[in-house]
Amino acid sequence: MAEPMKIRATLQNGIADVRILMRHPMETGTRKTASGVVPVHFIQSVIVEHNGKTVLDAQWSQAISRDPFLGLRIKGAKAGDKISVTWTDNKGDKRSDEVAVSAGS
Amino acid sequence: MKTIRAIIPALGAMLCLAVTPSAMAQGNDLSVGRKMLMEDNPGELWIDQGKELFYQKRGPKNASLEQCDFGMGPGKLEGAATRLPRYFADTDRVEDLETRLLTCMTTLQGFDRNQLIKRAISPAQSNGSDIEALALYITSRSNGMKVNVTLNNQKEYDMYKAGEYLFYRRSGQTDFGCVQCHGEANKRIRLQDLVHITSKAGAQEVASTWPAYRGAHYVVRTMQWRLNDCVWQMRLPDLKYATDYSIALTTYLNRQGNDAVIQVPGFKR
Amino acid sequence: MTGFKRNTISNKGTQPMKNFRRNFLKLSAGACAAAAGLLQTGAAWAAPWNKTGFESKAAVDAQNSLGASSLIDSKDITITAPDIAENGAIVPVAITSKIPNTQSISIIAEKNPFPLAASFDISAGGEAYVSTRLKMGQTSNVRAIVKADGKFYTAIKEVKVTVGGCG
Repeated sequence: MAEPMKIRATLQNGIADVRILMRHPMETGTRKTASGVVPVHFIQSVIVEHNGKTVLDAQWSQAISRDPFLGLRIKGAKAGDKISVTWTDNKGDKRSDEVAVSAGS
Repeated sequence: MKTIRAIIPALGAMLCLAVTPSAMAQGNDLSVGRKMLMEDNPGELWIDQGKELFYQKRGPKNASLEQCDFGMGPGKLEGAATRLPRYFADTDRVEDLETRLLTCMTTLQGFDRNQLIKRAISPAQSNGSDIEALALYITSRSNGMKVNVTLNNQKEYDMYKAGEYLFYRRSGQTDFGCVQCHGEANKRIRLQDLVHITSKAGAQEVASTWPAYRGAHYVVRTMQWRLNDCVWQMRLPDLKYATDYSIALTTYLNRQGNDAVIQVPGFKR
Repeated sequence: MTGFKRNTISNKGTQPMKNFRRNFLKLSAGACAAAAGLLQTGAAWAAPWNKTGFESKAAVDAQNSLGASSLIDSKDITITAPDIAENGAIVPVAITSKIPNTQSISIIAEKNPFPLAASFDISAGGEAYVSTRLKMGQTSNVRAIVKADGKFYTAIKEVKVTVGGCG
C-alpha cells in the first residue's frame, strides 16, 4: 500500500511554491542483499495538477533518489487552489494526494 | 597488539588530515547541498507515523501513550523534549526520551522491554522502528522551543557530571574519548565534518537536531543510535540501548546545548 | 411487421450504434495506448515513458532520444547543485530556465550507467523550474537540456562525488 506524500504549497507573489516528499524505495535493480538482488522498482511518472489542469508531467528513472523529492512552481495561483500529485511506478502502483495552496507568510 | 599500535598513529594522522581553514572554505560548497536537503527532509514523512503510534491503543494492555508522563504531566508533549533527560520519581532514575519511551511502552502498554530494545534501531532502508517514529514525533512537538535541561536534582547533576567525564575519558584500543574527534574546530574524517561539541554552537547543534533523517540509511535515527555508532567508531565494546552511559552523555550534551532551538527532524548525510 | 415503428428501424446505425462505435474506439485507443506505454493518471494523459532514453547507456544516445541532437549552450539555464556531494545517493539538483517558452527540462548525469535521470514537461501554467535529488555513481557533469520553441539548449555543472550512490 503506497505511503502518503507530504505536499507543501505556499503562495509567494502569485506563484505557488510546491514541494513534494514521497516514500518510495526507488530500487535500481542492482542492490544486493542477503536474499539476492532487489528487483528494480521505481516511480516512472509524476503528474502535478493545478485545479485539475496538468502543470507538470515528469518522467523519472531509477536514478532519482530513494524517498524522492520534487519541487516546482506554479504561476497564477491563489490561496485555496487545489494542487494534486499522482505518481505511478514501474509495477503500476499509484498514489495520489492533494493539498490546497496556503497563503504565504 | 603490534598492528593495533600501528593503527593508532595512522588513525591519528587521518583525523589530522583535517582541513586547514582555507580548504574548509570549500566547506561552503557543502552548505549549498545541505540547505537544499534540509529544507525538504524525507524524515518528515515519519512524523505522522509517530503520531499515529502515540495515539493508537497498542500492546498487550491495549493502551495508547497518552498517559505517559514525559516530565510535564501525563500526555503533555509541548516542551517535554526541551527538558530531557530528567529525573523521574516513578522509576527513581534519570531517563532520556528513548528510555522514557521504554518505560511507558512497558508499563502502560505491556510490551516486553527486551523485544522493544531489539527492535529499537531499525535496519537501513526499512520502514523504521516504532521508537524512531515516536521519538521523532514527541521531539517535534517541541519544535521552535529552546533546549532547557535543568540540574535541580542530585541524580540529574550526577548524570551530567558522569557524562562530562565520559566525554573526555580516553579508553580502549584506540585511546579515544569523544573529545578527540569533537574537541576542536575544523576537524573532519574524509568529507564528514565533525561537530565541534566543545563549542557552544556545536553543542547546540547536537542538542537540537536529533532525531534526524540519516540519508545514507534512509530512516530516522535517534541519539541512542548516534551514541552507539560513535562508541563503535571508537572501537569500544558495544554500547547497549538505554544504559546509564548513554543517558549520562545525553544529559551532558543536551545541557551543554541549552538555549538551542529544537528543529527536528535534522538531516544527516 | 406490426409493432415496429419505422423510426426504430431507421435508428439502427444511428444513436445506439454511434455509442457502440464510440465506446469500441475508446476501448481500442485505450488498449493501443496501454501497449504504447501511455498511462492515464488523474484527468490527464501522461506522455509515454521514454524507454529508449532511460535505457541509453551513453549520454549522447539519451540526448538523441529527447530529440536534442543539436544543443545550444545557454547562460539562461541555472543548475543549483552542490560542488561536492556528501552522499552520492542523494544529490540535490534544481534547474531554472529563463529561456522564453520553455517546454521541458531534462537532467542527465553524464557518467551514470544510464545517464538520463529525469525529464519534465512543463505546461504554460508552470514556471520553468524543477528540483529533485539524483543518485550519482561518480563525479560527473550534470547536464540540463531545455526545450524551448522547438530548440534545445544546454548547460552543465560538475558535481564531485566521493562515495557513489547507485547500489
